[in-house]
Amino acid sequence: MAEVTVAQSEPGTRVEFELQLYYWMKLIRGFEDRVSRLHRQNKILGGVYSGAGQEGLVAGICAPLQEGDFVLPLHRDLGVFLMRGVDPGVLMAQLMGKETGLSRGKDSFLHGGDLSRGVFGSTSMLGSSLPVAVGAALKFQIKKDKNIAVAFFGEGAASRGDVHEAMNFAGVRKLPVVFVCENNRYAYSTPLEKQMAIDDVADRAEAYGFKGHVCSGNDLLAVLDVSEPVLARVRSGEGPALIECKTYRYHGHSEHDPALYRSKEELLKWESRDPIQSFEFYLEKTGQDVKRIREQTDEKVKAIMQQAVEFAESSPWPEVASVFEDLYATPPPGMLNGKRG
Amino acid sequence: MEITYLKAINEALHEEMRRDENVFVMGEDVADLGGAFKVTEGLLDAFGSDRVIDTPISESLIVGAGIGAAVLGMRPIVEMQFADFISCAFDQIVNMAATLRFRHGGRGACPLVIRGPSGAGIHGAIFHSQNPEAWFARVPGLKVVAPATAYDAKGLLKSAIRDDDPVVYLEHKRLYRSLKEDVPEGDFTVPIGVAEVRHAGRDLSIITYGGTLQQSLDAARIVEKADGISIEVLDLRTLLPLDREAILATAKKTGKVLIVHEDRLTGGIGGEVAAIIAESAFEYLDGPIRRLAMWDTHNAFSPPLEDAILPNTNKIVEAIKGLASY
Repeated sequence: MAEVTVAQSEPGTRVEFELQLYYWMKLIRGFEDRVSRLHRQNKILGGVYSGAGQEGLVAGICAPLQEGDFVLPLHRDLGVFLMRGVDPGVLMAQLMGKETGLSRGKDSFLHGGDLSRGVFGSTSMLGSSLPVAVGAALKFQIKKDKNIAVAFFGEGAASRGDVHEAMNFAGVRKLPVVFVCENNRYAYSTPLEKQMAIDDVADRAEAYGFKGHVCSGNDLLAVLDVSEPVLARVRSGEGPALIECKTYRYHGHSEHDPALYRSKEELLKWESRDPIQSFEFYLEKTGQDVKRIREQTDEKVKAIMQQAVEFAESSPWPEVASVFEDLYATPPPGMLNGKRG
Repeated sequence: MEITYLKAINEALHEEMRRDENVFVMGEDVADLGGAFKVTEGLLDAFGSDRVIDTPISESLIVGAGIGAAVLGMRPIVEMQFADFISCAFDQIVNMAATLRFRHGGRGACPLVIRGPSGAGIHGAIFHSQNPEAWFARVPGLKVVAPATAYDAKGLLKSAIRDDDPVVYLEHKRLYRSLKEDVPEGDFTVPIGVAEVRHAGRDLSIITYGGTLQQSLDAARIVEKADGISIEVLDLRTLLPLDREAILATAKKTGKVLIVHEDRLTGGIGGEVAAIIAESAFEYLDGPIRRLAMWDTHNAFSPPLEDAILPNTNKIVEAIKGLASY
């Protein structure tokens, strides 16, 4: 986790740690809001998948990660990129399809990972990244590394066969991998009860030979209560784990989706459990000057986002010739078929 | 030393695992059993269960996990017990592996080998006889190889393992024990992307690969002897990327081209080879480009059905005569 100083706190203390996580949630929300706005302004094209409302689980899962760990975020997890140290400007450039983005304009949104920071760019085939996470964990096991793999997936992807194949093999080999289910109750428009006959995806873990945990993904403290001991156990070689975070996305599946399949009451109920506001309440209870911290943080986030958007907007578009680059380590002769038209 | 095609693959696996400790093998029944065809025999004893890994029946997991390990610097060789089963891992290969370098802006690699026994002619029926190369040979980011000789089986596998990109390596199961030849001991590689003229000739070119190379060579010898027609046989060896230069060179040399493969006709590699020649060597041609391939049906089981639908030496002889007399 990159170092950030917010307000006054002793370095290395729990208070400082918690204030950092508050900052991350605020930055993620600030980034999400800015992305939605840029999409409305046609400055970000294509599919945009807001994770607003789910910041608590991202912050809580990423907090105990260490250098060398391998993370496979979902399309709503831009917070993973930020917390692993990806520059906000580079991430914004990625979303705009600019040359300076992670995939140099080759793919949209969060499909471009940053492998140097252990962040894998997943595909749109939800759940397909879980076997990849298992392979990363297999590497850690073979090489006796002390690292872990963490794969995010939605309750929607939980219906894919890849999820079963991955969890089953992870259990067989006792691999150091944590499967994190973001259960936001909808697979696009399809509600939970049409997706599965059980309440908790975490129940499936037992069938694969490891433990499943359920927590409120909107409550950072609740996520930390689970993620800190569970990630430590997985790291120590006890085998895989499944953490299910119950949460909700404020926006539709994508920004194109008004999500009319959900009731206003339901949205209000979840908005009242906002992860950032809940955490502010906690900070207040612990004696922090929340008003001042919020103002300071808002100011900082605003400045970072301003800089990020400026960087991305002023970045060049990729050259057309680059569509033939990055296909192979060394371009084989004859691979430019079609270019001649 | 004379070894089988199967032994050549096995030797390549042993030698590469000795050479590079990041190379490991994973698949169904590859460890204790040594593989359904014994291709991975002896590896478990030599390298242990951390590097020779049995998996459940989970093709998508097998390839996906190979990708995850490859991204972190390992060099996995994953086995599809039969190449037919590769369809279960299609998404991992064409979406996850093939686009990996591209969607990471060139800052990432997936040095993965996906190998498996393909091909018909052993009464394998619909799901143990398929030739799946054409599904993959149009996906940028992948390489596809199909060795037709024991020498190439060893040399191409070594190249595939050392390659920094995902390679689909299709070995022909009919050749496993039927093909025996002198293969030098020790280290050598066969470059990916380079075709090989197996038999030089003047009057007509056969362009082929994999399971139909030996039949093509037999047919060439028969018509050369009986009819005095001089045949050139080009073995493509790599199907992605195709060796355009070699394809055009033989077409321009003889002016008559017969393309032979065991995969079915429509949408097969032969269509692309024919198009390359038609586009870039049209004025050299003395006749139509002909294709001989499996009929456009499924790999039927009953012997008279399987015999009828597959290319064979007699069919190639007839096709040569027909085209030569055009």
